[in-house]
This record gives sequence, structure tokens and C-alpha cells, in this order.
Amino acid sequence: MSRADKIDVKNLSVYYGNDPAVKNISILIPEKKATALIGPSGCGKSTFLRTINRMNDLIPGARIEGNVLVDGQDIYDPKADVVEIRTRVGMVFQRPNPFPKSIFENVAYGPRRHGNNRKADLEEIVEKSLTEAALWGEVKDRLNDFALDLSGGQQQRLCIARALAIQPEVLLMDEPASALDPISTAKVEDLIDELKKDYTIVIVTHNMQQAARVSDKTAFFLSGELIEFDETSKIFTNPQDKRTEDYITGRFG
Amino acid sequence: MKNYKDWIIEKILLVLGISSIVVLAMIFLFLLKDGLQFFSVVSLKDFLTGDTWLPTSKPASFGILPLLVGSFAVTLVALTIAVPFGLALAIYLGEIASSRTKEILKPTVELLAAIPSVVYGFIGITVIAPAVKSFFNISSGFTLFTGGLILALMALPTIVSIAEDALHAVPGSYKEASLALGASSWETIVHVILPAAKSGLIAAIMLGMGRVIGETMTVLMVTGNAPIIPGSIFESGRTMTATIAAEMGETVHGSTHYYSLFGIGLVLFTITFAINFTADYFVQRQRG
Ligand SMILES: Nc1ncnc2c1ncn2[C@@H]1O[C@H](COP(=O)(O)OP(=O)(O)O)[C@@H](O)[C@H]1O
Ligand SMILES: [Mg+2]
Repeated sequence: MSRADKIDVKNLSVYYGNDPAVKNISILIPEKKATALIGPSGCGKSTFLRTINRMNDLIPGARIEGNVLVDGQDIYDPKADVVEIRTRVGMVFQRPNPFPKSIFENVAYGPRRHGNNRKADLEEIVEKSLTEAALWGEVKDRLNDFALDLSGGQQQRLCIARALAIQPEVLLMDEPASALDPISTAKVEDLIDELKKDYTIVIVTHNMQQAARVSDKTAFFLSGELIEFDETSKIFTNPQDKRTEDYITGRFG
Repeated sequence: MKNYKDWIIEKILLVLGISSIVVLAMIFLFLLKDGLQFFSVVSLKDFLTGDTWLPTSKPASFGILPLLVGSFAVTLVALTIAVPFGLALAIYLGEIASSRTKEILKPTVELLAAIPSVVYGFIGITVIAPAVKSFFNISSGFTLFTGGLILALMALPTIVSIAEDALHAVPGSYKEASLALGASSWETIVHVILPAAKSGLIAAIMLGMGRVIGETMTVLMVTGNAPIIPGSIFESGRTMTATIAAEMGETVHGSTHYYSLFGIGLVLFTITFAINFTADYFVQRQRG
């Protein structure tokens, strides 16, 4: 693992029952770059993504084999602290899921849970996070409005701001634009492009143009296996595996 | 064919729905008719604020304040116990318990609702009243507190099941979002799930309260039934419901005493109606 690699996954398999949904995957995810996970529906992209901040712990019966190292630390070590892991590895979900609270309280939620309740601090964090998420200009005059009254695209950027507010190192995004209209999608894509300067981003998408636009590296999954992982430009222009080529040229999935 | 069936079912439901409203309206009118009869003899103010309930002495006195206090006291005791336990149990069932524990615990709680109230009264007389007497070292175990204690048990299933429904209705995505931000399960319950379920939880409490205020048999059997304003909850007292049940059979049909019981019924009806109305408001809010 070179210094530039943030996440080191070794021989990872994930089981929901007897059959693995993710099969023996090894991958090195680079720091401060965007890595896209592509592949047909049901191939295990979300399952894999959720192992990186241990969200699979919540699913009864889910079981993993292998190792996931973030900065060299095994996050599945029995001594590892889940709260600390999820603080370092944030997540943005497919459907925008702001809390039924104000815009301000949504962003302040993470910092508050981590013990920061000073009003001045929170105001600063909220402004900074919303600015980073390219939402500040649109909401700065109505921070006390109910978050669920925002448009879908604004809600998703709010969720990104909420995730950024606890200063994670890694941001996992599971099809963050799939529920959004094209204009909001473009905004979120621009945002990812901006964020990857400071954060390690892993993004699941089944939109190949999106993968091509925002990511530096791309991993192609099929039936729970990692088929190919390379520079995004290479995956899209000169894939090594026949199955990758079939997928990106739209022959299946 | 299918549409025809749908049509019939729809009409049957409509008729049932309308008839329940008609029945409710008739009950109200019936109460109102006989209740108003009473208020032409005794003023509403004297009725509600009079501190002596002596309907059969001469001259008779129809002050229901002792009965209002009695109902209020048992309700307060019951809710003070049932609300924290009920909400805690709902949280445990909905958010913490494994599915196996839940499979055992939930039907057990629901079973509490299936026990007839006369059985609760019986247990109250034989077990709980003596226990209260010796535990608090008082002369009689038949107190408002004893009544409240048993009512708490009776209100528990209502509170637990409605509160659990309310927690269940909170989208799982809120919980995921909170956990993904590094919040613990407990913080997630306190700061996300409970606030999101607030309306439903209030509705659960209100409906539990309605159950408590309307209960008759148990309180009749265990509270000692002295229609006087009690000095504390560890004294005997009497509720509105118990008064109606105890005196209805002994009164002369058409007498002022007889009508006064309808007056009590009217007050009770107004209170429970207001409680249910409020609960319904919160249930709607939870859904909307
Ligand atoms: N909670 C779950 N329980 C059981 N099986 C699941 C669960 N989540 C996903 N799976 C299964 O795991 C496989 C991979 O799913 P997923 O990771 O969601 O794929 P993708 O995100 O690529 O569409 C699918 O076959 C899916 O049915
Ligand atoms: Mg998915």
C-alpha cells in the first residue's frame, strides 16, 4: 500500500445468507481522489460500499470475511471503535434523507453528537459545511426552515453538508444523484469534482457518463466480483476485460 | 364482477361507518336530554364545584368535585407509572429487542389488554390492596393509589402498542443517517427517532389516558369508594365512573339523583371526547 492509498481492502467477502453478495475483493482506493464503482444492478456495489464504514453491521445476518483497512487500521478489528470509524468515513445515501429538523439542526447534528454544542462554533461549522456543499447561497437566509421543504437536489446537498460537518476523511456516496433531476445532478457532480481535492470519495453510480465525468479511478463489478479496476480514462477507452467492454458499451446491464 | 364486489363492500363499510356516527350522536343526545333535565334543578356551577356528594340525604347535595378529584387522582397515578414504563417498553420493543425477545414480550403485553377489568379488580382486592396497605403502613389498602396502580397496568398495552407503531413509522433512513454520522444507537433514539415520532407518542399517551378515565369496574372495586375529597392519594376516594356504576341501580327512576348520574355521564363523555379528539389530532399529524 503506497502512501497515496487511503483504503486497503483485502480478500473481502460479504454474505447475507449462504451466498456471498461480494466475493473475495481486493482493491486499493487512492487518497483525495474520486473512485467510481460501476456495474449492473444487484452486483454488490452498495454492499461493498457499506463495508467501508460498517453500515452493514445494521443488517441482521450480514457477515464479512477479509479485511478493510483505512489508513492502515483494520476497521473490523474487534477493538475498533465504530463511532470513530463512521466519524472518519462519512456517507451520503441514494435518497436524500435529511432529518425532520431545521436546515441548521441537520448540519449541526453530527458536531452536537460529538460534543460540540457551542453556538458560535456550530454557526461557523454550519456556514462552512453548507458553503462546501454549494448550498450556502441558497439557504443562508432561512437556516431555521424545515429541511424537508427544500427541493430534492437541495436536500441531497444538505445531506452532503451534514456529512462534511464532522470533517470526515472519506466520503462514501451511494448513487447520490439517482433520485435527482438533471440540473440538480449536474450541481452534485460539480460538487464532487470540487470535494475530491480535500476528501477521498468513493461513489457508486450506474450512470457511466457520471463515472466518466467525476472519477479518477473506476472499478467494475459483476455478480459480486471485481472484474477490473483502473484509471477511469483507461476503463472507458481501453478496458482489458471483455465483460467490462460489453458493459460500458451498453451490451448488457 | 370485481367492481361489483368492491361496490358492495364499499357500501357496507359506508353504512357501518355512518351508523357508528349515528349511534355516537344518539348516545350524546340521550345523555344531553337527561343531563339537561338535571341542570334545570342544580346549576352546572354548583354541580362542578360543589364539594359534597350526598345525593340521597335531605337536603341532597350534588357536588361532584370529590368525584372529579378522584378521577383526576387515579389518572395521575396511573399515567405517572404507565407513561414512563409504556414508552420505555415501546422503545425497547421497537428499537432494541431482538426479534425473538420481541416475539415473546409483545404478545405478553397485548395479553394485558385481554384480561377483563373485573379480574383486575379481583387481583386488586386480593393481592394489590393488601400489599399497598402493608408496604405504606396505612390503615386500609383501598386507596386511590391502589386504583391508579392497577389502571397503570391496564393502560400499558394501549400505550405500548400505539407508541411502538409510532416508532415503527419513523423512516429507517433517518436512523441510518444518524448512525452514519457516528452517533450511537442511544443518541439516535433520543435525538432522531423520538422527536420524529413525537406526535404518535403523544397520541399513545392520550389514548392511554382515555382508557384510564373511562375505566369503571376496577376502580369501583379497589378505591374504597368514599365520595369525599381525599387528603392524599393514600386515602380512599371515588371516581365519576364508579359513582355512576354504584348508584345507578339504587336510584329511583326519574328522580333528581337519577338525572344527576346522567349529568356525571355528560361530564365524563365531554372529557373522554376531548381526549380522543386531541389524540386523533396527533395521530393525524404523525401520518401527515
Ligand atoms: N439487506 C439485504 N439482505 C439480503 N440480501 C441483500 C441485502 N442487500 C442486498 N442484498 C443482495 O445482495 C446483492 C447485492 O446487492 P447490492 O449491494 O444492493 O447491489 P447494487 O448496489 O450493486 O445494486 C443482491 O443480490 C441483493 O439482493
Ligand atoms: Mg445499490
